[in-house]
Amino acid sequence: MPDMAIIVPSVLNGLTTGALYALVALGLTLIYGVLHIINFAHGALLMLGLYAVYYLNVQFGIDPYVALLIVPPGMFALGYALQRGIIGRASHGRDENILLVTLGLAIVIENLSLFLFKSDTRIVDVPYGFQVVEIFGAFLPLPKVVAFAGALITAALLWLIMSKTDLGRAIRALAKERKGAQLVGIDVEHVFAMSFGLGIACLGVAACLLLPSYYVNPQVGHGFVLIAFTIVVLGGMGSFVGALLGGLIIGVVEALGGLFFGESLGQLGIFLIFILVLVFRPTGLLGHKV
Amino acid sequence: MRQLALLGLVFAALFTLPFFVESESWRTTIIMTLYAALLGQAWNILGGYGGQFSFGHAAFFGTGAYTVAVLQVQLGLNPWLGLVAGGALAVGVAAFIGFTTFRYGLRGSYFALVTLAFAEVLRILSNTVPFTGAGVGILIPLDPGAANLQFASKAGFYWLLWAITLGAFLTAWWIGHSRFGARLMAVRDNEDAARALGVDPFRVKMRAIMLSGLFSGLAGVFYAQFFLYLDPGIAYGPAVSVESLLVPIVGGMGTLFGPLLGAVALHAVSEVTREVIGDLPGISLVIYGTILVIMVLFAPRGLSGLVSRLTRSARRKTEGDRHA
Repeated sequence: MPDMAIIVPSVLNGLTTGALYALVALGLTLIYGVLHIINFAHGALLMLGLYAVYYLNVQFGIDPYVALLIVPPGMFALGYALQRGIIGRASHGRDENILLVTLGLAIVIENLSLFLFKSDTRIVDVPYGFQVVEIFGAFLPLPKVVAFAGALITAALLWLIMSKTDLGRAIRALAKERKGAQLVGIDVEHVFAMSFGLGIACLGVAACLLLPSYYVNPQVGHGFVLIAFTIVVLGGMGSFVGALLGGLIIGVVEALGGLFFGESLGQLGIFLIFILVLVFRPTGLLGHKV
Repeated sequence: MRQLALLGLVFAALFTLPFFVESESWRTTIIMTLYAALLGQAWNILGGYGGQFSFGHAAFFGTGAYTVAVLQVQLGLNPWLGLVAGGALAVGVAAFIGFTTFRYGLRGSYFALVTLAFAEVLRILSNTVPFTGAGVGILIPLDPGAANLQFASKAGFYWLLWAITLGAFLTAWWIGHSRFGARLMAVRDNEDAARALGVDPFRVKMRAIMLSGLFSGLAGVFYAQFFLYLDPGIAYGPAVSVESLLVPIVGGMGTLFGPLLGAVALHAVSEVTREVIGDLPGISLVIYGTILVIMVLFAPRGLSGLVSRLTRSARRKTEGDRHA
């Protein structure tokens, strides 16, 4: 049994990773809650965001945190266009068709990136990359602490948008009752695309916060996509608080699993949680209905 | 009966192909096309006729492939035995996945996600345990001879594959013409209504996933014997799952000849792009992904749906001409 001096840093590390997972999952759960579609291209789009941050840094010397002003709006536009132009047109009355289209998009984006960016793993070189902060006697990398705070702030912002603005009210109305929303004059296609854009913008934020302490290659989305699904399912599809909580739980489980069983089996724990939750409680911890 | 006769005719013609095709590279092309049709038909049994979209057919494929490889390399067992064991274990994995998911009524997107997760679990496991060769992979020693399920000529492999594929297509034909098939399609079209009519959706779906798993597993056995090398990414990675579902979606889900049509169309497209653009990394998957998006957007019923729509509108047109 490792003593607390190892466990505490491990848990804190897990929490910082978990907050980023939560951010990725927030976008996924927003999209699911409103459009009732599972976006398979989520990981691939996160990867695109990471490349955007990387090239802004390498080509133009823009710091990843400054890129927060550029990448999330860009990702929002991309998400809006994808939903309006492709995904929204695909259903033909069957949800499975949407699933297939997002899967197709994921394959295209990933392999096109492999072709354009090559398979090399890249990292950014930032002056604060190796600085550490002391919290509860544990030393954590500064970028991870920033990412943790940034993820929580983004979640709060998203909550404000959803509860205080007209857009948020329209989104919630649409999520609850599509026909009714249409009757009171909500532009359904537009609001759907706005929701999808918001979900993808979350990925843009995650990309900016992630890159200083992480890396990017064309397959990087893979690791995130199943983890994000797990979180969304664990927290309850469409539940914001659930996604946040689920993200933190998964982050800690991964860190502790890695500590006790080694890295690859630690990942296995995530998938086992995923299957168990899907099978026994598909509504998740905080969800309402399937 | 007419469909069965057509099936017999098509497979008789396919049987004779190696007599006309002498070049080894062309033989490889037709083998890979028929192999895609097999993967596609296996998926079609569950996804097309049963409406259960699996994103993780690699779970069955990889199990069949690893079984025949591990039995040979670690235990020295004859691969013909491995063929049977591989099929049986793939059915076992299918039964396990089916039991855990269908028992709790997981449908649609949820089923897709669980199958994907199962394939990932198996991929990580095969990457970790020693007897699969872990990340390094496993190499089956080259030892040509029909007794070793390896053939000196590509034609031998082709006829082995032909026999397995014929089995898959006959199964699909049977599904289209039996009470079991009628129940399966009823569950696909409206599960609650089917239950109200006395169909037990759980049992029907269980049988479908096991049949589907059997042929995916046999495809895996064939793959292992043909290429003599496996690693976790090949066996349980997403490429096989994607190819399995893409083939019937392109050709036409829930139709007998859809997977064959889809396999031919996809391989024709990827051969042409290889000729035109060259063999660039990832480019064939870019094409596959694009085809998937385009098919779902514009022809959700696949090529065979497109064909029947065109012939129907042509017939209506000629009839209209006659009336006029």
